[in-house]
Amino acid sequence: MAESVLTTLHKHHGDDAILQTASYVGDEMALVERAHLLSVMQTLRDTPSLAFNMLTDLTVVDWLGQDPRFEVVYHLYSLAHKHRLRVKVGVPEGEGECWIDSVSGLWWAANWSEREAYDLYGIDFRGHPDLRRILMYEEFVGHPLRKDYPQNGRQPLIRRPDAVPTDDQTTRLLTHSHDRSVR
Amino acid sequence: MANDNQGFVPTVLQDAINWAQKYSLFTYPFATACCAMEFMSTMGPRYDIARFGAEFPRFSPRQADLLIVIGTITERQAPVLRRVYDQMPDPKWVMAFGVCASTGGFYQNYTVTPGADQVIPVDVYVPGCPPRPEQVLDGLMALQNRIQEHRGHVQVEIGNTAAIGYTDRRRLPVMQDGTSMALTEDERMPRGGRTI
Repeated sequence: MAESVLTTLHKHHGDDAILQTASYVGDEMALVERAHLLSVMQTLRDTPSLAFNMLTDLTVVDWLGQDPRFEVVYHLYSLAHKHRLRVKVGVPEGEGECWIDSVSGLWWAANWSEREAYDLYGIDFRGHPDLRRILMYEEFVGHPLRKDYPQNGRQPLIRRPDAVPTDDQTTRLLTHSHDRSVR
Repeated sequence: MANDNQGFVPTVLQDAINWAQKYSLFTYPFATACCAMEFMSTMGPRYDIARFGAEFPRFSPRQADLLIVIGTITERQAPVLRRVYDQMPDPKWVMAFGVCASTGGFYQNYTVTPGADQVIPVDVYVPGCPPRPEQVLDGLMALQNRIQEHRGHVQVEIGNTAAIGYTDRRRLPVMQDGTSMALTEDERMPRGGRTI
């Protein structure tokens, strides 16, 4: 459908920014180097023939055991041209390495999506205006959608004192700041 | 209820109170998920929970005596459920509506509480995903039998200090001379709770 999107993108950015492109039954994908993400996204949004003015979705894939471990996936849509593009960026794991630039300055819709990705996968979106957990509670430790998070790793905020223990050793009882403790 | 030490009048009076309570349950629907649709059906004219005296949902826990936990309880929401329960005046009862409220259902993961009874005591469990209205009515009738027989969960609940005084007073057909309302020492709820 829109392979011209990829050719236009290649005109603006070299192979150091666009690592790989693919087109399969009308679905276009571009693998982008992390350092060039913001400039590529700026091109995609502001070039008139591309005009990707809508960020449909932002999500993360955890390829545990591979390098780079994480892959941030952006689904873009152009309301003017009615074409779509999927942008992928590899993000390695490790302390201080697991980061990516926030695109919330380009699409405001990225704000909560990036908070969700940070909450569940622990990816640091640099430049995000308010990077807090959005689904889990603040006392939660770890990022539950990572493949190495324990499958039944419950971290309950509250339990009855005589509640039957459910399953596992990973359960930790947390105290909640705005609830009285149940003895 | 038959007890040689009990006077006839207080016993009958307690039976009458129980009868009145079981047919005038004011419900608080704590509806969080899709089971709420089935609850609406139960409330509606076809199944008509009003036939059993529980047709009046109060959207304030302070005016309700039956907490119906309808749907999935997440760990993040569990303190809220506990707070709602604590705000209800005694006597109070709890129905777990559907498998998620009963056991967590098919959600076995980091975010869903495995049953509302992990947080609050539950009197009657209505399984089903979602339960049919007939099941709900069946559960309600089971609860009504329980109320008539004067069996409530607060009598075994631990640590709910607000409930203790009233719970023991509810047993007061134990009065010897028919006048004193004071609790004797062994009538008080022990600190660690009591199993009946």
